[in-house]
Amino acid sequence: MTAARSPEQEQFAAALHDLLSGPVPAGRAAGLARWRDLARLGVTALVIPESRGGLGASPLDLVVAAEELGHHALPGPVAESLAAVPRLLAALPGPEAAQWQHGLAAGDLLATLALPPRLPYAADADAAGLVLLAEHDTLWLAEPGPARRSVDPARSLSGVRGQRVLARGPEVADAVRDALRLGALASAAQLLGAGRALLEASVGHARTRVQFGQPVGAFQAVQHRLADIAIGLEFARPLLDAAAQALAQGRPEAARDVSAAKVACADAASRAARAALQVHGAIGYTAEHDLHRWLTKVRALIPAWGTQAQHRAEVMAALTGAGQPAAAWT
Amino acid sequence: MSFRGEVRDWLAVHVPDRPLPSVDTAAGFDRHRAWERELAAARLAVVSWPARYGGRDATLADWLVFEEEYHAARAPARVGQNGLFLLAPTLFAHGTAEQRDRLLPRMARADDVWAQAWSEPGAGSDLAAIRARGTPVPGGWRLSGTKTWSSRAAFADRAFGLFRTDPGAGRHGGLSYLMFDLRAPGVTVRPIRQLSGETGFAEIFLDDVFVPDADVIGAPGDGWRVAMSTAGHERGLTLRSPGRFLAAAGRLVELWQRRGDPADTALRDRVADAWIGARAYQLRCQATAERADAGGPGDGGPGAEASLGKVFWSELDLALHETALDLLGPEAELRDEDDWADGYLFALAGPIYAGTNEIQRTVIAQRLLGLPR
Repeated sequence: MTAARSPEQEQFAAALHDLLSGPVPAGRAAGLARWRDLARLGVTALVIPESRGGLGASPLDLVVAAEELGHHALPGPVAESLAAVPRLLAALPGPEAAQWQHGLAAGDLLATLALPPRLPYAADADAAGLVLLAEHDTLWLAEPGPARRSVDPARSLSGVRGQRVLARGPEVADAVRDALRLGALASAAQLLGAGRALLEASVGHARTRVQFGQPVGAFQAVQHRLADIAIGLEFARPLLDAAAQALAQGRPEAARDVSAAKVACADAASRAARAALQVHGAIGYTAEHDLHRWLTKVRALIPAWGTQAQHRAEVMAALTGAGQPAAAWT
Repeated sequence: MSFRGEVRDWLAVHVPDRPLPSVDTAAGFDRHRAWERELAAARLAVVSWPARYGGRDATLADWLVFEEEYHAARAPARVGQNGLFLLAPTLFAHGTAEQRDRLLPRMARADDVWAQAWSEPGAGSDLAAIRARGTPVPGGWRLSGTKTWSSRAAFADRAFGLFRTDPGAGRHGGLSYLMFDLRAPGVTVRPIRQLSGETGFAEIFLDDVFVPDADVIGAPGDGWRVAMSTAGHERGLTLRSPGRFLAAAGRLVELWQRRGDPADTALRDRVADAWIGARAYQLRCQATAERADAGGPGDGGPGAEASLGKVFWSELDLALHETALDLLGPEAELRDEDDWADGYLFALAGPIYAGTNEIQRTVIAQRLLGLPR
C-alpha cells in the first residue's frame, strides 16, 4: 500500500552516497566527469529497457538515485539524461535509438532536451552529446543555441532548434506525457536530496560555530528554524515515494501524485535553502564555501519541469475532475 | 467482506443523521457515552486491541482504515479518547495484567470515561515542575494539589496523571503515574469554559484523596519514564489519525468546487497545499503503522519522531480550517455554516496541547538533529 523503500534500494542509495562522498572536486567539469562513475553503479541505465542495454528499473529506483545526486549537488542534466530522454527513446524504433540507449546506459553519452512550453530550454546542452526537442506528438533531433548562464553556476540553459523529425504520432504524445511526469519526479527527488544536504550542513555548522560563548545551534531561534526544515523534508518524502509507486503501477492518479510531490519537495528545499544561508551567515554567501552549490541548484530546479503554480493547478484539476489534468505538454 | 467495507456499512446505518449535541455539555456527554456503547457492541470501539479486552487484534494499518471511514462518515467525537489513546497504550506497555483486565474492558464500553490530569497551574510546558503530591500511606497514597486544563474532566469518571511522591528525588525522579476517581471524597472539579463556549476541560482540586497501590502504573518513582515512553501516542497518529484531516481536505476541495472563484488562484493554491498536506500525513502514518505492525519502532517510541508529526498535523489542521473560512467569505463567522467555524476553534488548540509546538521543535532540534541542549 505504501511505498517504503526496500533494503536493496537503501543499499543502492548508500553506495551512491559513498561514491560521491569524499574530497569534492571543484567545478562543473569535474562534476560532469563523475557521470562515468555513475554508470558503473547502473544509475545511467535505470530507465533504459533491458533489451537496449539498460536495467528497466522502477520509478522508485530512479527517485532513490536522483535524490542522492541532489544530495551531492552533482552537476549535469539529471532529470533529462536519466529519466526523460530514456523514456522518449523507448518510443523510437530503429538502430539509431538503440545506439543512443546503449550509449546512455554505458555512460558514454549525456542527453538533454527541451519540451516547450513547460521546458523551453534544454539544460546543460553544451555538455550533452544528444539534444532532443519534443513538441506535442513530434520528437526532433535538435541543435542547441548558445549556452546561457543559469543561476546555478554548474548548469546552463540553451534554446534549441529542431533539425530532423525522429518520430511523430500518438505513441510520441504518450511518451512526451510520461517523460514530463518522470522528469518532474526526478527533479523533485533532486530537490529533496538537496534539501537534506542543506539541513545537514546547517546542523553541522550550528554545532561548531561559536558566538556569544556557545555554539549558535544552542540558540532557540536557530533550533526552531531547523526543526521546521526537518518537518518539511520529513513530510515531502512520502509524497515522492508514493508518486513513484503510482507511476510504476500506471495508476490514474499518478499525474496528481507527481505534481503533489514536486510542490512539496520544492517548497521544503526552498525553505531549507533560505534557512541554511541564514544559519551559515556570511560564510555561506561566499563562493569559497560549498553551500552555494546546493543553494543555487535548488533555485534553478524549483521552476524546472513545471512551476509550483502549474503543479498546484494540476493537483486541483485532478481532484475536481476538471477534464484531463492540464494537457500533458503545457 | 473487507474490513473497510464492514466498517463503512455499519457506520452508514448507525451514525446519527443529525450531529449529537457537543460532547462538552452534560447532555451531549451522555449521548456520546451511549454512542461508544453502540460502537463497543459492534466490536468497533477499539479494533486494534486484543479480543479479550473488546478489540479485534487488528493491525495499526487496519486501525487507520477504521479511522478514515469513521471521519469520512462524520461519526461522533470519541468521548473516551483520553483513555483509549493515551492511558490504554500506557497500560499495555507498563500496566499489570490485573490492571489491564480490570480497566480496559470497562474503558472499551465507556463504563469508565477517562480524563487526563497532566498540567498544573505552575506546570504547563514545563511538565516536570509538577507539585501535586502523593504521600505514602498504608495500602496506597493520599493525593493533594491542583491539576488543570484536564480534558473531559467536567463530566468524566476517572483521571490519570503524574504526582510527586518523593520530593527529594529531583525534578524527574520521584514522580509516580497514578489513577484516581473523579468522584472520590476530597476531589472537587471546577469546569472551565473554553473560548468556544464549551466546558471541554476543568480544574481538579485534590484534598487528601486516597488511591490504592493497585492504581499506580509502573513502579512508584518511575512515573516520568512511564509517561514519556508513551508520550508519542499523545503527539502522534493515535491521537490524530490522518482520517480527520483527509475528511476535512475532501470537504475543503468540495467547498472550493461549489463556492470558489476560479480566478482566485491564490486561494486555489492554498486548497491544493492543504490537500497535499493531508495526503502527506496519511502516507507517513501508513508507513509508521506498517513499521510498527512489522515489529519495528512505531510512533510511540522515544517521542522525538512523533514530535515531527505533532507540529505538522496541528499546523495542517489550522491551515485546512483557515482556508475553508476564507473561502466561505462573510458566512465564515456563522457557527452553523457547515461546522467550519467550530472546527477552526477546535484546531486553534492543536499547537498548544500535547506539548506546545515550541516544546516539540526543541525536542526535534536536540534529539533528532543533535543540536546542543
